[in-house]
Amino acid sequence: MLYALLIASALYLSRNIYILMLQLPDELAQGPIYRIFYFHLPGYLTGAACFLLTGVFSALYLRTRNWKWDSLAAAVTEVGLPFAIMNLITGMIWGRIIWGIWWTWDPRLSTALLSAAIYAGYLMLRRAIPDATERAKNSAVLGIFAFASVILTYKSNEWFRTQHPAPVLSIRTGGGTIDPAMEMMLGHNLLALAMLATVLVAIRWNQEERRREIESLRREALAY
Amino acid sequence: MDQRNFEYMCYGLIAAWGVLMIYVATLIGRERRLKSEVETLKKLIEEKSRHEA
Repeated sequence: MLYALLIASALYLSRNIYILMLQLPDELAQGPIYRIFYFHLPGYLTGAACFLLTGVFSALYLRTRNWKWDSLAAAVTEVGLPFAIMNLITGMIWGRIIWGIWWTWDPRLSTALLSAAIYAGYLMLRRAIPDATERAKNSAVLGIFAFASVILTYKSNEWFRTQHPAPVLSIRTGGGTIDPAMEMMLGHNLLALAMLATVLVAIRWNQEERRREIESLRREALAY
Repeated sequence: MDQRNFEYMCYGLIAAWGVLMIYVATLIGRERRLKSEVETLKKLIEEKSRHEA
């Protein structure tokens, strides 16, 4: 099942790249660079979905004290981080051409960077606490509160004056801001990246469970 | 300008894939390390229990 999903997501992504490179026309004002958007926004949304799940799984861990939720929270956070980094890097490359600068301390960019840093901190916290119960409890609390940074990033271009482009998706604007073919392509790439993220989470979750097995084997080895 | 625009689009797509590929490589590396660690610990426990018996 996992391998089937992996192959499906790889084929789906290949199909999307073929269409966005060879079939979709250049954007009138931006030229070819606008195609970065097909990874920039889906990367952000996939990362944000992972971080939302971090909060949900962390809350479930605190409620049930079931290790499964702690492992899942760690897995989705780690998988979400590369997508958040993808969003930041592609945004910087786009900004270099469109704005003429790699980076500016604009509210949208700054909150996105802060959010990625907080989730990187979450993963560092997990490595820093040797006791499993303490680690799970502390990281669950951070996992819940860290989601505020994702909301702040999402709403920053409504709440603050920013040079980041305004929202274009019909779901936020009511339509008329993006060509339907481009929006459809965006949806396809989001789905493909979400499928890939699901596979990565499953692999990472399995590793987290194995790490727990190693911890118990270590205790057993030391008990003799 | 157009050439530079196209070049940077390529950099963007390479960066997007690069980040994911680096992460997948990290996952593969960790998978190998975890497997060997489990095997080593199991062997150690087996040896210790045999020694005690």
